Amino acid sequence: MQNNPIQRLGDTGVYVLQDLGRMTFFLLKAFRGVFRRPFRFREVLRQVRFIGAGSLTVIICTAATTGMVLGLQGFYSLNKFGAEGWLGSAVSLSLIMELGPVLTALMVAGRAGSAMCAELGIMRISDQIDALDCMAIDPFRYLISPKFLAALFSVPLLTAVFDVVGIAGGYVAGVTLMGVSPGSYIESMQASVTNHDLRLGVIKSFVFGLLVVWICTGRGYFVWEIRGAGFGAESVSRVTTQAVVMSSITVLVFDYLLTAVLL
Amino acid sequence: MNGPAIEFREVLKVFPKRGGGVQTVLDRVSFSIPTGKTTVIAGGSGQGKSVTLKLILCLMRADAGRIFVHGQDVTDIEGKALEDLRTRFGVLFQGAALFDSLTVYENVSLPLRERTKKTEKEIGDQVGATLERLGLTGHEGKYPAQLSGGMRKRVGLARALQLKPEILLFDEPTTGLDPVMTQDIYRLFAETQAQEGFSSVIVSHDIPKIFSLADQVIILNEGKVDVFTSPEEIQLSRQEHIREFVRTTMGEIYQSHLVER
Repeated sequence: MQNNPIQRLGDTGVYVLQDLGRMTFFLLKAFRGVFRRPFRFREVLRQVRFIGAGSLTVIICTAATTGMVLGLQGFYSLNKFGAEGWLGSAVSLSLIMELGPVLTALMVAGRAGSAMCAELGIMRISDQIDALDCMAIDPFRYLISPKFLAALFSVPLLTAVFDVVGIAGGYVAGVTLMGVSPGSYIESMQASVTNHDLRLGVIKSFVFGLLVVWICTGRGYFVWEIRGAGFGAESVSRVTTQAVVMSSITVLVFDYLLTAVLL
Repeated sequence: MNGPAIEFREVLKVFPKRGGGVQTVLDRVSFSIPTGKTTVIAGGSGQGKSVTLKLILCLMRADAGRIFVHGQDVTDIEGKALEDLRTRFGVLFQGAALFDSLTVYENVSLPLRERTKKTEKEIGDQVGATLERLGLTGHEGKYPAQLSGGMRKRVGLARALQLKPEILLFDEPTTGLDPVMTQDIYRLFAETQAQEGFSSVIVSHDIPKIFSLADQVIILNEGKVDVFTSPEEIQLSRQEHIREFVRTTMGEIYQSHLVER
């Protein structure tokens, strides 16, 4: 172990640069794998089912409760100014531009991202990925690219579901429970949500989907290269935790950056 | 085919040590693996046996020196040429490396499906014949988790044979198997090699049991290699690390084997 802090800092810097380089090449190879034959349509559909349909329950539950909380909080705040008629606008804009894409990505990272990372980590430590290489089967085309395609397709759709369910949740809390006029809830939403807002939400969901699948599959694929991960089953568990934490933080940071650039 | 199947010329492989410095695993080693024969690579833990296999398969790159496969320099090979090279190898991994989510049939047929343009019927016929030869008929629909260690190795061997490899590499083929299964795997290996005529490289600690198969033994020790062509040659070696290896690894079984011979 090194005790010199300068040297440790230097080592960490070198490691971070190497890791970034590794992950960048990983991303490029994953995109190249999408176009390599034979295409794996069936595997893409299987992954869509796993990432998309499999996450639907957790997305609906999260969206419903988030929408209802927004409805209650929004009513409480707007009521002070006598502006509770704008509740639909507040709920829908919050969900479409921010909470929908972010919470969907976090849920997908926790549910599907962790599973993808662990699956690839186990395949790495049990030589299954090396076996693919040895059979001259591109592991990116075979394993990684279908996950990328499925995530890029599923996450925006899940975000749309999140938005719809969340807005319905806000309606239940605001209109049914707190007595806001149904007409004003819908009317204010229609008046304030623009195509630009929708576009921002869609762009965010694509970017977050990419970040989650990239980080989670990349960590699993490089399980042996990750500093401090250890060996065997322990390394897979540590790297899986790291993948979920890292993808969640990256999603939040990119949320700010995208909002700042695109708003 | 003339010339050696695999040749290492002055190959150097080092790994960085945590906390600075490097560990030299292969220190400019040179050796060749003859065509159509069986070579066993032996040595203690961490002496570079698996690294040697990975270098042959280009899963890892040498830091210096050259590696040749049937005369072709593969040291820096990339892209399509690397894919073509790998189709000439078959590999049986230590844990068989079967895909957990695929059945025995799907595992064995995978290289044919992905690397050839064979029809479903041709794939079925070829896989069926291999499974029958290796005593796996009736287990086609099972998943790896439902198989014993010995059967997994057989499935791994069946998969490795599908693309008709010129060179077969075995990484600790009998680790974790009981003596009966170990003998079974070696018997299958000998039969298959006699039928298909491939060159083979076996990384193993199990030297006494594979003496009957080995045409050449390479012992790795502290970055250097020693090449032997018979068990007697190993026993007669005056080098201290070889004598130590004989004492600790081969022990009584080795002695009894020599008596039998």
